[in-house]
Amino acid sequence: MDDLSLHILDLAENSVEAGATRIGISVHEAPADNRLTIEVVDNGRGMDAESAARALDPFFTTKPRKKPIGLGLPFFAQAARQAGGELQLQSLPGGGTRVLATMEYDHLDRKPLGDMIATVMTLAFARPDLDIHYVHTVGSQEFTLDTGELKRALGDRTLSSAHAIRTLKQELIRGELRLYL
Amino acid sequence: MPKLTIQDLARVRNEARQHIALREGGEYRARITVHMGTCGIAAGARDIMKTVLEEIEKAGAADLLVTTSGCGGLCSHEPMATVELTGETPVKYIDLDPEKTRRIFRDHMMEGHPVLEYALAEGSERRG
Repeated sequence: MDDLSLHILDLAENSVEAGATRIGISVHEAPADNRLTIEVVDNGRGMDAESAARALDPFFTTKPRKKPIGLGLPFFAQAARQAGGELQLQSLPGGGTRVLATMEYDHLDRKPLGDMIATVMTLAFARPDLDIHYVHTVGSQEFTLDTGELKRALGDRTLSSAHAIRTLKQELIRGELRLYL
Repeated sequence: MPKLTIQDLARVRNEARQHIALREGGEYRARITVHMGTCGIAAGARDIMKTVLEEIEKAGAADLLVTTSGCGGLCSHEPMATVELTGETPVKYIDLDPEKTRRIFRDHMMEGHPVLEYALAEGSERRG
C-alpha cells in the first residue's frame, strides 16, 4: 500500500464485510504536536476477545477457511510502527470495532496521507445502505461530511447516479481544499 | 469551519429533485462490482472505482449500480470487477486498468456488449 488513504479504505472494507451500516473515519493531522491520528469505528458484528487479540497476526482471518487470510490490519499496524507509532484495536461481539493508529507526523518513514477523496467516494458507493461519517482535521481546521445526510438530501437510496457522484465529489473537494488554505 | 450546513443540504435536495425524476422505481439496468479486498486495493482497485465513477458522471447515467466486494480468491489477477446487466449472465473481468475499465464501461455497461478479451469467465458469478 502506497499511502494511508489506501490502508483506511482497506480497514473500512473490513467493516463492510463485517456487516457495518455505519463507519466513522477520523483523520487528525497535528503537525505542531508531531502527531497523526487515524481512527476507523464501525457498527459491524465485531470480534470476541480471542479473535481481536489475534487480528494483528498476518496468518489470522475471520473469513471461512477456504478464503484467503487477512493481511489488512497487520499491514496498517506495520505502517504505524515504522512511523514511530502504534495501532490499537478494540472490538466486542455485536458491538462493532474500533481501530486507532497513531504516527509521528514528521517521521521520515510516515506514509503520505494520499487521496482521501477517492477513499471516501469509494466507500460511499460500496453498499447502498452504508453511511460514512468522515472527519478530517488539520491543526484547528475541521471538515466533516456525513454521506447519510447527503443521501437523504439527495433523496437517493444508492448514491450511484451521475448527479450524486458529482455532488459528493464537489463537497469533498470543497471541504478538503479549505483545510489546507 | 468547513462543514455541510442545513443550507448546503437544502441546496443539494433542491438540485436533486429534477434528477430523481429520471429514475424509475429503483431498478438498475446494470451493476458493476469492483473487488476491494486488501489484494485488490494494493493492485489498484480504487483507481478502477474512480474510473467507473468518472465515466458514470460523464455519461450522465442514473440507472447504474456500483458496489464493492471483498477478495474473490484470485489475488494474482487483481484488479477485478464483475459486470451484470439486469437479467443477463455476469461477466468477471481481470487484470484491469483505467483504460480497460473505460472500454468495459462503454461497450458492456452502456451498449450491452461484453468485452470478452478482458474476461476471466462468463457465468462464474451467481446472479444477484
